[in-house]
Parts: sequence; C-alpha cells; structure tokens
Amino acid sequence: MGSNMAECHPVGFQWVMEAKRRGAEVIHVDPRYTRTSAVASSHVQLRAGSDMAFLGGLVHHILESRRDFREYVLEYTNAPVIIDDRFLDTEDLDGLFSGWDPEKKTYDTTTWQYEGMEVAASAGQRELGATAGEQAGHGGHGSTMHHGEPPSEDRTLEHPRCVYQLLRKHFRRYTPEFVEQTCGVPRDQFLRVAEALCDNSGRDRTSAIVYSVGWTQHTVGVQYIRAAAIVQLLLGNIGRPGGGILALRGHASIQGSTDIPTLYNILPGYIPMPHVHAHQDLRTFVESNAAPGGFWGNMEAYTVSLLKAYWGDNATAENGYCFDYLPRISGDHSIYASVLGMLDGTVEGMIVAGQNPAVGSANSRLHRFAMAELDWLVVRDLFEVETASFWKDGPEIERGELRSEDIGTEVFFMPAAAHTEKDGSFTNTQRLLQWHHKAVEPAGDCRSELWFYYHLGRIIREKLAGSVDEIDRPVLDLQWDYPTAGEIAEPSAEAVLREINGTGPDGELSAYTELKQDGSTSCGCWIYCGVFADATNQAARRVPGSEQTWVAPEWGWAWPANRRILYNRASADPEGRPWSQRKRYVWWDEREGKWTGDDVPDFEPAKRPDYVPPDDAKAQDMIAGDHPFIMQADGRAWLYAPAGLVDGPLPTHFEPEESPFPNGLYGQRSNPARQRFPRPGNEYNDDADGDRFPFVFTTYRLTEHHTAGGMSRTLEYLSELQPAMFCEVSPQLAAERGLEHGGWATVLTRRSAIEARVLVTDRLRPLRVQDRIVHQVGLPYHWGWRGLSTGGAANDLVSITLDPNVHIQEVKAATCDVRPGRLQPGTGGGERP
Amino acid sequence: MTSTERTGHESYYGRPILKQPVWKSEVGWYLFTGGLAGASASLSLAARMAGNRSLARTSSLVAAAAVNVSPLLLVKDLGRPERFLNMLRVFKPTSPMSVGSWLLAATGTAQSAATTCELLDVLPRVGGGAQACAGLLGPALATYTGALLSDTAVPAWHEARRELPAVFAASSCASAGAAATLVGDVRATGPARRLAVLGAAAELVATGIMERRLGVLGEPYRQGRAGRYARVAKPATAAGLAVTALGRGRLRRAGAALILGGAVLQRFAIFEAGKASARDPRYTLALQRQHAG
Amino acid sequence: MSNPRADGVETYRGEQQRMGFFTDTSVCIGCKACEVACKEWNAVPEDGLVFTAQSYDNTGELGANTWRHVAFVEQQVEAHDGTTDAMRWLMSSDVCKHCTHAACLDVCPTGALFRTEFGTVVVQEDVCNGCGYCIPACPFGVLDRREIEDDGRVWKCTLCYDRVGDGMTPACAKACPTESIQFGPLDELRERADDRVAELRDAGEQDARLYGADPSDGVGGFGAFFLLLDEPEVYGLPPDPVVTTRDLPEMWRAVGAAALGLAGAVALSMLGRRR
Repeated sequence: MGSNMAECHPVGFQWVMEAKRRGAEVIHVDPRYTRTSAVASSHVQLRAGSDMAFLGGLVHHILESRRDFREYVLEYTNAPVIIDDRFLDTEDLDGLFSGWDPEKKTYDTTTWQYEGMEVAASAGQRELGATAGEQAGHGGHGSTMHHGEPPSEDRTLEHPRCVYQLLRKHFRRYTPEFVEQTCGVPRDQFLRVAEALCDNSGRDRTSAIVYSVGWTQHTVGVQYIRAAAIVQLLLGNIGRPGGGILALRGHASIQGSTDIPTLYNILPGYIPMPHVHAHQDLRTFVESNAAPGGFWGNMEAYTVSLLKAYWGDNATAENGYCFDYLPRISGDHSIYASVLGMLDGTVEGMIVAGQNPAVGSANSRLHRFAMAELDWLVVRDLFEVETASFWKDGPEIERGELRSEDIGTEVFFMPAAAHTEKDGSFTNTQRLLQWHHKAVEPAGDCRSELWFYYHLGRIIREKLAGSVDEIDRPVLDLQWDYPTAGEIAEPSAEAVLREINGTGPDGELSAYTELKQDGSTSCGCWIYCGVFADATNQAARRVPGSEQTWVAPEWGWAWPANRRILYNRASADPEGRPWSQRKRYVWWDEREGKWTGDDVPDFEPAKRPDYVPPDDAKAQDMIAGDHPFIMQADGRAWLYAPAGLVDGPLPTHFEPEESPFPNGLYGQRSNPARQRFPRPGNEYNDDADGDRFPFVFTTYRLTEHHTAGGMSRTLEYLSELQPAMFCEVSPQLAAERGLEHGGWATVLTRRSAIEARVLVTDRLRPLRVQDRIVHQVGLPYHWGWRGLSTGGAANDLVSITLDPNVHIQEVKAATCDVRPGRLQPGTGGGERP
Repeated sequence: MTSTERTGHESYYGRPILKQPVWKSEVGWYLFTGGLAGASASLSLAARMAGNRSLARTSSLVAAAAVNVSPLLLVKDLGRPERFLNMLRVFKPTSPMSVGSWLLAATGTAQSAATTCELLDVLPRVGGGAQACAGLLGPALATYTGALLSDTAVPAWHEARRELPAVFAASSCASAGAAATLVGDVRATGPARRLAVLGAAAELVATGIMERRLGVLGEPYRQGRAGRYARVAKPATAAGLAVTALGRGRLRRAGAALILGGAVLQRFAIFEAGKASARDPRYTLALQRQHAG
Repeated sequence: MSNPRADGVETYRGEQQRMGFFTDTSVCIGCKACEVACKEWNAVPEDGLVFTAQSYDNTGELGANTWRHVAFVEQQVEAHDGTTDAMRWLMSSDVCKHCTHAACLDVCPTGALFRTEFGTVVVQEDVCNGCGYCIPACPFGVLDRREIEDDGRVWKCTLCYDRVGDGMTPACAKACPTESIQFGPLDELRERADDRVAELRDAGEQDARLYGADPSDGVGGFGAFFLLLDEPEVYGLPPDPVVTTRDLPEMWRAVGAAALGLAGAVALSMLGRRR
C-alpha cells in the first residue's frame, strides 16, 4: 500500500515474487492498477489520499471483531496505559484533539500525556519554535515511572481512558461503509482484505506491510505510517519474522542520508541539532534531549564521541568537547522553508548535489523563480540538469517571464562522479550498509562527493589559516586529515568509514555500548558503531546466501549491531519462548542465561525475561525483561503516541489540501497542523475551485526512469523505453473531456499547466465516492526540458503543502483539470512567485 | 475455475507478426532480368541447334545483357555490397538464394563467354560449348526464383509454392520470346514470336490458377499496389499476346513490347503482394488457425 | 533441413549440451531490464524514441536493434474471486526462438548464420552481406537489417554466445530480477516448465500453456520457449509457426517441373516457320 514495489523496487521485488511462489498472498492497494497489481494476488483500487480511512477501517475491524493478538497487545504495547483525563479526542472536538491553538496553528500536547507522568520525546527536541522535527518521537521520558511502568494502567483494558478504549472510540466510525464511501472500495472487498490480514497474523503466522512515498508524501504522511504501526501492533506483527512495516526508499542510500544526515535538524545517529537559544552548552543539551530510560539515556556518550570525531584532540572536557562549535538552528530550515527564503531574500546561496529541484521538487516552477533570486548556486550532477540550466533554457525563459540577462545568479556546474567511479557505501531501507568499490576512474573533471567536500574544506582552511577570529575556529580546529591517493588526490572512503565506526584506546570499536562520555572514544555515528569492528570493513562482506543462515548476517552490515530485525525480542512471549516454533526468531536460553536465536537479539543479552527494574534504575536498566521496545522509556510500543508528533497522538482521516470532497467524518476537513504557504505562485484552491479542478490526480514513478530524469532521460536505452511524458486517464474520463488516445492533453491546476501525451487505460477506473463518480488522473513526474526525452514536469502542478512533522510535500493527491490539445506556446505559467 | 472473457486482442495492436522482405525494386527487376536471361539462353541454344543463326545471335545478345545486368541489381540491393562474393562461400541446397547465386554465376560466365566468342567471331567450339552450358542452365535460372520467394514465411508466396515456378517459367518464356521479337530480324524471329505467345498465354493461365488456389491469401494480389500493377499487367499481356499472334509487321514488335511490359509488371505485382501479406497479421493468423484447428 | 540429427539439431559433436531460454511470463513484472541489459552487453543501437500509446510498450517489436522486447497487453477479465470487471496485464519478454529447425539458417546463402555448439543460432557479423533473405524466412519476424550508415547487416539475439562460451549467463537472464528469463540446459528447462504449468493450472490459471516446448511442432521446438497466459497471437506470436524449409522438396520439384516445361516450350517453338 502506498507503494508500487514492482515498478520502483524491481530488484527487491524478486523476494515478494519468491514469497508468492511459496504461498504468500500479496495484496496491492493503490489508486492505479500497476505492474505490481499485475502480479499481486489481488488489487484494491482506492482514491488517492484516502488511505487513512482504509487503515482506520482495518483498526476498527481488528478491534471490533476482537481479532487483535491479545497477549502481545497487553504485554508489549501501551494499550493498558491510562491517559490524562483532560485529553479530548477528534470524536469529541469534530476533528481536533485537545490543546489546539488556532492562532499558532499548533497543539499543546500536555493533555495528551500518560496520567500522572510527563512524557516528552526522549530522542530530543528536534526543533523549537513553530514546528517540531523529524523523527522526534523515539520514546517516552519516564521520570515518574514505577518499576519501569507508567503509573496508571488497566490491564483489563476496560477503563474508558486506557489506550485500548481510546483507540476504539477514536476509530468507532471507521466502518466498512465509511471506507466504501470515502475510498471508493466496495465494503466486501475491504472486508476480504481485513480478514485476510487477521487470518494471517497471530502466533503461527505474520503479515508484513510495505509502503513507500505513496504514504509519506501527504500532509498526513507520518500519521499514515502510525496507522500502519497500530494495525501491525494490534496484530502482533512487529519484531517478528515475516512481519513488520517495511519502508521502501526513493533512492539507493536515502536511509544513509538521514543516518549521516543531510537533514538540517539532526546530527549523525539522529541526535538533534542544537537550538540557538535552548541549548547553550553541552550539559543543557544532553539534559533536555536524553531520556532517563532506554538507550537514549546514553545520549551524552554518543554526543561526546561525535564531537571527538569532528574536532579530535581540540575537543576536551574543559571546552565541552567543542560543543559550541556546532551550528545552531533557530527554526525551520528545511528545503521548502529555504526556498521560500530565497524568494524573500534571506537565503543567498545554495549547493545542490545530486538533486534537481528545477523539475524534481514540489512546485518546481516556484523553485526556478527562487533560484533566480540567489546570488550563487553550485550544482553537482552527472549531467547538466535543469537546475543548472534553468537560467538559460527553462520554461520561464521560453515564456518570457524571466530573461537570462536579468537573472543575477552565478551558477557553477561541477561534474560529479558516478557510483561506479568511487568507493563508498549505500545504506538502504533495512538499515543495511553495503560497500561499493570503485571500478573505473572518473572521466575528465568529474569528482566524487567525498573529493568535493574534502577539498572544499581543505581549501577553505588554507584560506583561513592564521586567522585569530573566533568565528573561524570551528573550521580550523576540525580534524581534517583524511589520507588521499591517486592523481586526483581522492580521499579514502574507508578512512571515513573507520572514523564513523569510531575508535577507542584499543583501536576500532565494535559496539555503541563501548562509547564513553569522558572523551576517550570517538565515533562519527553511534548507530554505525561496529561497521568496522575488528579493523574489517563489515559493510563489504559478501558471503553468498547459500553459505550462511537464512538471516544472512554476513552480507553487508546492518545498524545497529548488525541486527536484521529490530525489536526482535517481540518474537518471543513474555517468558522468552517463541510464540510458535514456526515463527521462532529470538528466544531466551535459560541454560546459557542469555538471549539467542537466528539474529542478534535486540535486547540486553543477559537481561532475564522476568527482570523487574528497581525504582532508581537509569537508561536501559529501566526496561523490564518483558518489554521489547527498548528505545522507549517504558519499553512498550506506542499504540497511542503521547509525545513526538505535532498533529495528534492518534492517526485521523483528513482530506488532502486539494480534494473534491468534504471530510466524511469531521468538520475539520484537512490536517489542521499542516504547513501551508499561501503566496503568489503557490496558490491553493478555494471553494470556488471545486468545479474548476474536479479530478483527483496522483504523481508517481515508472520503472524506466529515475526521479526527475537526470539519470535516465539522458540515456538512450532508458529514454527509448518511455520516450514521452504522458497522463493516464480512464476511457470514461477521456470521453468526458474529448481526450484522444495517443494524442495530447493539457493538465491544469491552480498554479500552472503542463502538456502530456494521452494514454487511455482501464487501469485507472472511475471510483464511486460519497455517492458520486470521481475520476483520477495519473502523472509520472520524471520529465523536464533537458535530455534525450523531454516533456512537462508534473511538479510544476503541485503546491508546497507539507506534513507538519517532517516537512514532506503532499504530491500524492491533489486536484486538476485535463483538456485535449497541447499547451499553447507562451502559456502554462501562473502567478509570478 | 474461472472463465475469462477477453475484450479481444486478435493481434498485438494490429502489428505485423512477420517482417516483410527488405528487398527493394532492384530485386523486383531481377526477377524479370533473371528470367529473361535464362529463357533467352535456352532460346539461343535451341536456335543454334536448329540452324537459325540470326535468332541464336539475337537471343545470345539479349541473354548476355540480361545476365550481366542481373548481378549488378542484386549486388546493389545488398546491405553490404562489397561483400557480394560471400555468396560463393558456400553452396547450400537448402537456400534457393545460394543455389541461385551459383546458377547466376555459372550461367553468366557461360553466356558471356558464348556471346563474346560470337561477337568477336573467335573460338567457335568454346563458344558453342559455352552456349550449351548456358542454354542448359537457363531454365533453372529462370525458375528457381519461384522457390526463392516461396521459401519464406510470407503467406502469399509460401502458399503459392506450387504455382510460382510455373508462373515464372511462363513469364520468362514470354519475355525471352518478346525481347527477341522486339530487337531481332523479323525473318528469323518466328520461333521467338511463338514462344512469346505461348509464354504469355501460360502466364495468364498459371497466374489465374495460382490466385484462385490461394483463396483469401489471394487478396494481396488484388489489393493495394500489387493489385494496381496486376490490373495493368494482365490486360497488357493479353493484348500483347493477341497483337503478336495476329498482327503483321511492326504490330508484332508493338505486341512484343506489351508482353514485355506485362511481364515486368506481373513480377512486381507478385513482389508487392508478398510484402503486403507479410505486413498484415491477419494473413498469418488465417493460415495458421487453419493448421491449428 | 540443415543436416538434422534425430532430435533435429545438427549440433557440434562436442561435449556441450543444448542450452536455451525458458521465459516464464507469469512472473514478468515488465521492468525491461532484459531489454537494457541486452543492449548494454551487445552495444545494440537505440531503436527510436517513439511514444506508441500501446500500453507501456514503446519498443514495439523485435528487430535488428531490439533483441529482447517486452510486450504489454491490458485485458478485462473476470477475477478469481468472482468480481467482475477485473484487470489483467500480461507482460512478456520476447526473443529469438533459436529454433530446432531454423529457417533463417537454412536460407542464408553466405553461411553467416550458423548453429553453435550450444544449439543456438548466431549470425556472424563479419560474413553477413545483408542480402536480407533470412528476414522474411523467419516465421516470428525476429530478424531485420540494420539500416544505419555503413552497417547494412542482419542482427539478432546471439543468446550471448560470447558469455555462454565463457560459462556465464546471458545478459537478459542475468538481469531479470524475478527469474522470468531462465537460462540453462534445454531439457532441464523443459522439465521445469512442465512443472510450472502444472502448478499454475492447479492454482486456477487455466490459460497457462507452454509455447514452443513441443519438439513435434512446426519448427521442431524452440531453443527459447515460453510460458504464456493466453493465446500466442495475443502477444503478437504466430499460433502455429512452421519452418519454411519443411516444404522445400516440394518447391524444388515445382522448379524442376517448371524448368522442364520451359525447355520444352523453347524446343517446341522451334517447330514451324522462321519468319
């Protein structure tokens, strides 16, 4: 669901086919019938943007038909925990939770807490100010827990304010009829899916949910994933083989790009970036971000080791390990905020590496105008992509809206080396690091990322050498001595990996438990500690599957600790015995006095299943022996999230920002906390636009191309497979609008218009939603104006509207109109941003 | 378990199942010139044996011209003309083109030698022997092209495999006889005239039988470009036949020209009909559903 | 036929066994990795950037510059669970069949086309002079001439003769993520295919059938055969392909008779007046 795995992850999909061959049922829920649907056991078509209704329907079904895995739910989740009596649900407030401030457009989450406890996101306050940040909800701050348990619980699950009953109340109206009315899925079909999921869960069987950006790219994206988590926890599928929720990422190493982050609000290993006001020194930072319970209790060790990796011997206990040198954030510096800053003059320059916002970002037209306001722009890519050339050949130049001579941006194009031309690692979705080796030297001036940033840093340091200005100290005091080799002085990627792994007095560290806060250890990323254990590049291991166990731990290295399934203690019951022989994975060995099994146990090896934490326990000692979810202070999985999310402790059905339908449940139509930026160039539909843009559209990928096309539309062999931008429409929509199969169409939204070829297909059937027919339009988003295959950019059509937790754009559901014929030359632009 | 109802794809988006020949008009002309050469070589030999020296010489010249133009046409049509000699790398009886290449080479050499000796008035025995070779190979050269076209998957050709050689034989006779009548001394070309008339008649009959036996596969012969050629070829041949048979003096040469024109057009009609039948998947499917049924 | 043995294949009498492809289209996900891998390995030129609007098939057909072609057929069917108006999307990677009795090989006048020690059919690009005879001879429309400047030769799938000769897997099979394209000894593949068809039929897929696995068919069975989920013509394949050479004896006989007839006519015409 929210995924087109066969088309977007074809190599990984071979394992789904293998599972199917062995009898697995594969259900594909998607607004379109795709190549995944073609080989799935069944396809369920639903309206783009209505997934929450479907998932809520599943939760409702599990709860009301008592199909939950009761023992798992009772022991391993916070189902019995009683919530603060001031908490009010969306059922009480017509789509809002208690604590909503309509002016600030934020929630005060005090009333969401566990009764008798202050729970805050223990992996830190990722951002202060108007919005909260990425992955802020890693656990509960459990300062008033008793023996590791929250103060108020009802193990009979009947108390009206226990999480279990709150769930029931919250999802009471998510009936099969509601699903049919909202999603366009016939109730019988929905119930078949619900029953199949329930039938295949429990002690002996597990089910997995796979999602991709079909779920994340919504204003309720994070809540979609939360809803799936609730489903899987109720069914007891988390931490168990064949279960879980698998996020398929959009790029080969996007997991790595948050682990060693390119995100503004986190440091390596998801340590929060310090805030300019709140975190004046290391002590304050650690105190406000660590949790007394769980492994985040060791935040100080992780942070100090990171600082030692950055500043080496210059980082000492006396200077707080150079904590002052870290940059500070003062609010939202995410990409969309930055782009609007470019328009407003607060952002002067940008380095774009392997990204193509001129056609690849939501409201790409606005991005082009924004980049035209920059003083300088550096673009690193394999080809001269649209982002590097927008100033001379973009649609705005063609239309006369911008003139090259008026654009003051100085653009530097730096050719980049491809992954075959450099050493490095990919970290993919299951947290697996795989090393890749350089096969050929890069041609001409092409250089790797490592080369670019290392030499950039080197040159800057050379220019600053001898400076006595305090402001230059962070750069000059950096430990910047990587070995280089070859004619082009390529830095050693393995040396960097060693640094990430970390070293102590005895050499390479093997586990993050060895990290100290006294400055004796250095580690570039605590979750990666162990990747270079035994002075060996563990990520480069390639033992064939046929020569090792079925878990295959000797292929690559997964963080943390080469553990392949997280929370795998949950594959055993509270006594430490597997739920069933068939699904055994990790279990307690009484004779040896330790946890053992097919994988690295995600639990302290010697902690007995019957361990009860004393009241003064700290960090991981606060986790009981029968609580598998060790990253939370209470060791339990959160069905209800008292902290960490800014838009609600429970997922709620909201309509996308642009939708032809009112909310079938609440007066509050869309996510109240969603981020909107109404301004010229980013206009939203108003009520009058309901008829102007009557069709739902969704954007997606094809197998043949890659993202905005920089790596595929420049190649013959791929361009010939899908040579033109096209829209997919049903025969009924084609008839209604007079669209000719194989001809041209113009797709319009409130902001802009593009042209596309027409592919009339039954794979996009009209749906019946809220008693009327709605059409959906499919738009691949791969095209831009440069390359062998060129065409309209779907991203020109979408607005910048963001999920409030992680600032991800809503591009999976919006509204449009479609007209026959090509875009008239000179048209297609909208308001000038 | 489940019955499936298809919304009918009887072909894959109407695309051809086969590939049509890539041969261009050079090959169409070769069908004519090869036949003309082969039959003329035989006619020359027969005339020589009958003591008709004038006709023998005329036909020898026609044969030599035709047999030397032929390889030029074929080589030009190759994708790699400079590799034409690769045709003589092997001799494969399973390949009518291989057999034909050798036939053309042999007949061409023999006929050229014979005509050279004739023209230069030297080595009469060699010339005679050469003409005998050419004359004996001639019929094969004139008819093997029937197998060349039939030995493909092209429905309108393959299914006409029994008739095409006869059509080509008849057409070659008509062409050889007409050519000799057209350019030869009227006092000696009586046999040529008779051959032309006989050939033309046989051509019309054989073509008619072929098209009838083809049934639905005869459609490509009647439609499109092939149809247009055929609608000129047949009346031309028939008229030519009548005029040559019944006419006197210059009329006979006119009739011969008509027969020649008809023969050329008939070859091209067959050439184009084949290509058309390869392009339309219906013909392949019609044929094979018969088999499968 | 070109020197047939009992199984119809005039294989090099070495230690090699006959190798081939089994393309199980029931697990094809239409990713076209096969098309790209083939082109990359064999340096096959780009074959035209044309939006065909024929589902996701912008390649169109096999030819000189396309040696693997994935077909896409969208169909309305009755679903397994009884709901009406369900969809089916057939996807299938087509390739040269490397016929047991190969018409292309039979008719090639230069000997450029030959049968390898693996039983596959390969064009020697240094011999082919582009006469084009193999093109209409093939009952599947596989071969074509490369009309790029200075080329002019016929090209087709080589079953990666250069890879197989080194003990490697052909590029398409190697790249295929779902093992839709399987490479191996032909008899093994046929066994595997029989099992797979039985498995599919048991699961209710009544239309599953093998195409080209039967040695008694019109070309003696294919070296690269398929599992299809519908009639061959739905995929653009001939339902009952026959090697044209099968009828060659008849053709030569017709030629012989016609030649004799021609000779007779010429002789006959000598009777009568000279004028």
